Amino acid sequence: MTTVSGLSVTNPIPAVWAKGLVKQFGALRAVDGIDFSIRPGLCFGFLGPNGAGKTTTLKMLLGLVDFDEGELCLLGESLPESARAIRARVGLVPQADNLDPDFTVRENLFMYARFFGLSRADVAERVDALLVFSELTTKADAKVETLSGGMKRRLIIARSLINDPEIVVLDEPTTGLDPQVRHMIWARLSELRARGVTLILTTHYMEEAERLCDELVVMDHGRILDQGSPKALIQKHVESDVIELRGEVSDGLFTMLRSMSAHAERQGTAVYVYTHAPAPILDFLGEDTGLTIIHRRAGLEDVFLRLTGRGLRE
Amino acid sequence: MKRSIWALPRLRLAAFALLERNFLVWRKLIGPAIVLNFGEPLIYLLGLGLGLGQLVGTVSGLPYLTFLASGVVASSAMTTVSFEGMYSVFTRMVPQKTYDAIMASPLDIDDIVLGEVIWAAIKGLISAIAIMVVAAFLGAVSGGWMALWALPIVFLMGLTFAGPAIVMSAVAGSYDFFNYYFVLVVTPMFMLSGVFFPLDHFPPVLLLAVQFLPLIHAVDLIRPLIVGQPLTHVGLHLAVLSGYALLGYYLAVVFVRRRLWV
Ligand SMILES: Nc1ncnc2c1ncn2[C@@H]1O[C@H](COP(=O)(O)OP(=O)(O)OP(=O)(O)O)[C@@H](O)[C@H]1O
Ligand SMILES: [Mg+2]
Repeated sequence: MTTVSGLSVTNPIPAVWAKGLVKQFGALRAVDGIDFSIRPGLCFGFLGPNGAGKTTTLKMLLGLVDFDEGELCLLGESLPESARAIRARVGLVPQADNLDPDFTVRENLFMYARFFGLSRADVAERVDALLVFSELTTKADAKVETLSGGMKRRLIIARSLINDPEIVVLDEPTTGLDPQVRHMIWARLSELRARGVTLILTTHYMEEAERLCDELVVMDHGRILDQGSPKALIQKHVESDVIELRGEVSDGLFTMLRSMSAHAERQGTAVYVYTHAPAPILDFLGEDTGLTIIHRRAGLEDVFLRLTGRGLRE
Repeated sequence: MKRSIWALPRLRLAAFALLERNFLVWRKLIGPAIVLNFGEPLIYLLGLGLGLGQLVGTVSGLPYLTFLASGVVASSAMTTVSFEGMYSVFTRMVPQKTYDAIMASPLDIDDIVLGEVIWAAIKGLISAIAIMVVAAFLGAVSGGWMALWALPIVFLMGLTFAGPAIVMSAVAGSYDFFNYYFVLVVTPMFMLSGVFFPLDHFPPVLLLAVQFLPLIHAVDLIRPLIVGQPLTHVGLHLAVLSGYALLGYYLAVVFVRRRLWV
C-alpha cells in the first residue's frame, strides 16, 4: 500500500481514483455518487445516454468542474488542490471544437504548447510528429476554418498530445465523423495505448467502446449502473445471441417467442429475442414468412439498452 | 472542498502565453490596425483641432489643438482598451471558446484575465503612441521628449479600464449589451474628464463628483506631460488609477470565474 495525499490506494498508483463523486446543478444531481478506479495504461470508457453525466465526470478529472462531494485523485495527486499540476500531465479532447480560428493548423499546435509553458524549440519536433500522427502534414499551413470536421477532430486530438500527456481524456472523439476517419482515429488511439498512455473516453458508438476499451462503466442519471470489460458485461447482462425480427409480428407470435426465450422485447416494428439457445427459435421461425430475421451475437449495445432501457432521453 | 470565485487571484508569468497569443493574432491584422490607429486621430485632430481651434483660440493657455491632442491621447486609449476588453474578450470567451481550450492547460482564469488586461493596456498604448506621433507631426506636443513620460501613465490607465470592460464581457449575453457601457460609462467619461474642454466652469458639486472618474486623473497627468506644464497631485492621481486597476482586475477575475466555472 502506498499513501497518496492521505488516501490509501493500492499499488501501482491508479491513473484515476474517484470515490463518492457528486456534482449538483441546482436541483439536478448530474453526477450522483460515483466510484471508479482506472489502472494506468488502459483504455477506460464511460458509456451512457445523453445527459448521463459523462462530460461532467470527464471535466472533473481536469478540475474544470467542481465536485460537491467526494474525493478524486489523478496520477497520485488530488483535486482540486493540484489541478494545475495535473493538467500539465493530462490531455483533453473536448466534446465541442474549440480550436483557435485565427491560427493555422501548425500555429494551433505551437500556441497550445506555449500554454503548457513549453518553448517553440522544445516542441518543434513534436509538432512535426503530431502532424504526421494526425495525417495533417499537407494541411499544416491551412487556416482552421478551411478544415473538414474530420480534420478538425484530428487536430484537436493532436493538440491534446502536445504536452506528451500520461492520460488523455477524450469526450466523444469520433462523433459525427465518417467511417474512414473513425477507423484512423481508432488506430491512433490504439497506438497511444500501446505506448502506455492511459485513455479515458466517452462514446455513443458501442462498436468503438467494444474495440477500444479494456474496461468501461455504464452510467445513467449520474450513477454507475455497472462496470467491467466489454466481454464480461456482455456475459453478465445479456444472453449470448439475439434474433431480431423486422416486420409485423403478431401478438400471438410475440407471446410464443417470449415463452421460448430468456428475454424478448418489442420496439416499434422490430422484436428482439435474447437467448442462449438460438437454434430451436430459428427452427421454429423457419416456417414463418414475411419477416426479416437477423441472427447475431449479443454485443455491448444490447447491454447498454438492457441497463439503460429503450426510453428516449430529453 | 470547492473553489471560491472570490479567492484572491495570483499573478503569474504564465499569463504571458496569452499575451503572446493575442500579439500573434494582432500581427496578422496589422495593416488595418495601423490604419485605424493613425488614420483616426489624424482626422480627429485635423478636423476638430484645426477647424474648431480657429473658433476657440486658446484654452487654458494652450492652442486648442495642443489642448485637444493631449486629452485625446488619454480618451483614445480608454476607448481602445474598452473595445478590446469587450468585443474581443467576449469573442474569445463565448463564441470562440478560446478560454475553454486554454483552461485545459495549466493556466487558470487568473492568468487568462491578467494576460487580457495587460494586452488591452498594450493596445491602448499603441493607440496613444500613434496619436502622439500624429500630434507631434502637427506641432501639438509642446513638452518635447518629456512627453514620453505620458506613455507609462497611458499603460497604467489601460490597466484601469481593462478590468471593468472584461467584467462587462463576463456578464454580457451578446455584443449589444456593450452599448449600455458605452452610453452610460465611456461616453459620459469622455465628456466630463476635460478631454474636449476644461472643467473650470463646472459647478463645485459636479467638479467634486467627477473626481471619481478615473479618466480625469489620467488626463491630469498626461496633459501636463505632453504640453510641458508642471504636474500636480501626482500621488493622488497615481493612487486613484492604481486603485481602480487593482479593483478592476480583481472583479474581472471574479466575474469571468462566475461565467466560466462550473
Ligand atoms: N453547466 C451546467 N449547468 C446546468 N446543468 C448542466 C450543466 N452542464 C451539464 N448539465 C446537466 O447535467 C446533466 C449531465 O450532463 P453531461 O453533459 O455530463 O451529460 P453527458 O453524459 O455528457 O451527455 P451527452 O451524451 O449528451 O454529451 C445533463 O442533464 C445536463 O443538462
Ligand atoms: Mg457529453
